[in-house]
Amino acid sequence: MSLTQADVRRIARLARLQVNDTEVAEVEQKLNGILGLIEQLQAIDTEGVEPMSHARDVALRLREDVATETNRRAAFQAVAPAVEDGLYLVPKVIE
Amino acid sequence: MTYTLKQAADLLAAGKTSAVELASDYLARIEGAQGALNAFITVDRELTLAMARKADASRAAGNAGLLTGVPIAHKDIFCAEGWKTTCGSKMLEHFVSPYDAGVVERCTAAGLVTLGRTNMDEFAMGSSNENSAYGAVRNPWDRDAVPGGSSGGSAAAVAARLAPAATATDTGGSIRQPAAFCGVTGLKPTYGVVSRYGMVAYASSLDQGGPIAQTAEDCALMLNVMAGHDVRDSTSLEMAKEDYSRDLNQPLKGLRIGMPREYFGAGLAADVAAAIESALAEYRKLGAEVVEISLPRTELAIPAYYVIAPAEASSNLSRFDGVRYGHRAAEYTDLNDMYEKSRAEGFGWEVKRRILTGAYVLSHGYYDAYYLKAQKVRRLLSEDFQAGFGQCDVIAAPAAPTVAWNLGEKGDDPIAMYLADIYTLGVNLAGLPGIAHPVGFGANGRPVGLQLIGNYFSEARLLNAAHQFQQATDWHTRAPAL
Repeated sequence: MSLTQADVRRIARLARLQVNDTEVAEVEQKLNGILGLIEQLQAIDTEGVEPMSHARDVALRLREDVATETNRRAAFQAVAPAVEDGLYLVPKVIE
Repeated sequence: MTYTLKQAADLLAAGKTSAVELASDYLARIEGAQGALNAFITVDRELTLAMARKADASRAAGNAGLLTGVPIAHKDIFCAEGWKTTCGSKMLEHFVSPYDAGVVERCTAAGLVTLGRTNMDEFAMGSSNENSAYGAVRNPWDRDAVPGGSSGGSAAAVAARLAPAATATDTGGSIRQPAAFCGVTGLKPTYGVVSRYGMVAYASSLDQGGPIAQTAEDCALMLNVMAGHDVRDSTSLEMAKEDYSRDLNQPLKGLRIGMPREYFGAGLAADVAAAIESALAEYRKLGAEVVEISLPRTELAIPAYYVIAPAEASSNLSRFDGVRYGHRAAEYTDLNDMYEKSRAEGFGWEVKRRILTGAYVLSHGYYDAYYLKAQKVRRLLSEDFQAGFGQCDVIAAPAAPTVAWNLGEKGDDPIAMYLADIYTLGVNLAGLPGIAHPVGFGANGRPVGLQLIGNYFSEARLLNAAHQFQQATDWHTRAPAL
């Protein structure tokens, strides 16, 4: 199967990545190349094969429910693009 | 004068040099080579010398460990407090990390001095180091050639003797392939041995940190520092502390080296094949036995990897939203527009392609056909390795089909670049350890590396094999003219 430019725009929207009108044709061509490469998986018989989601089949640990981190808000917010009164600033989302 | 990690440690222990002197000498070498090689993204003389002075003071106070005061470089993917950590991306151009990665914490605790931050493909996505927002790295052996990637800066720095050793990461070959291209030794440990805490995530089920150095012995010393359980990484393995140098001096008599026929067929360049043949002859002289094995589904590693890695990347890189850290666009109309513009401006094209590929294979209606299918093929590839280890102790393979290619040669063709990863991807998908070490030179005097793949937790054995090879040969001592 092959992607159209409309598909590329839809995927870009899902990924929150702007792809403008001058870029979309090349992105379409490159992504179709990549999809062509991964398409060969379809020919492999994987009937009854358990998916391997992780390099080692280990169970995740649980830890004691206690605080382990100290409050470093100022240090972490120092690298943020816009903060005020300890809050991260973003454009208005509710009118 | 330049040193291996071990030589520098011995000189410091004997009082023949100081951490400050070593750091100053290497900083001068780095400065002298930066214009030609571009191996570093950030150098900060004051931070380095402060660490060196601290190391000298702790030695004077009688608190020195084995490596206290030895200088190393860090790949720019490991967060280090007070250091710019860009991950090769414009997205993190101004990001000064507020905390240390687990690996950095361990290196600092061992008294290692940071010389600087090495260049890399953006977010570790690439096989040539041409995807860095800070410019390509040049191969010290031939400046028209790529150094390999994604840890191209770390490999080039060690090859040019700008640092005795460097940290690196390997998601699909990013330690082994650049080590091979630059004629140095690099070890990718078993998945979960080295903490991923504070190591900027690319594909979390594949990412693993490890060392690049001149020798296998130095890689063992570095892994002794880097490895260990970290509760802050949920995939970090709880295992007893190991001395990875314990078996270095074991003889290789009786070692069974498997040669997978699929790795030595069409597609492998003649100069690489010849250097590897000679290396295997040397291993035979050392007492090893070479047996032919089969890894029949090797070619499927490429499509499986290029589904799984982009899928995990698209999820991991969603954190770069221009809100908590990283680049934010100057102008936008609303929240979504801010996300879309910030990410479009902050990421380079290879990163964008992988995010888009990942978003697609994970999207509604395609998850089973691509992502789940790739995970099933991953299991088959992993089973092939286990069948192979039924017939041998370690597997020998090329690290790449050719020697380093020319800068710009593969242009902007992602497929050509992906296909060159054929010999390294399987190891990451299975989670196995692998080492690459120099075994000679091919076309245009460019280095060739041999890859040895071991079963889970066989790092000490891989290091032992490479060390014995290096006791009998001198490829690892060759250094390019600067």
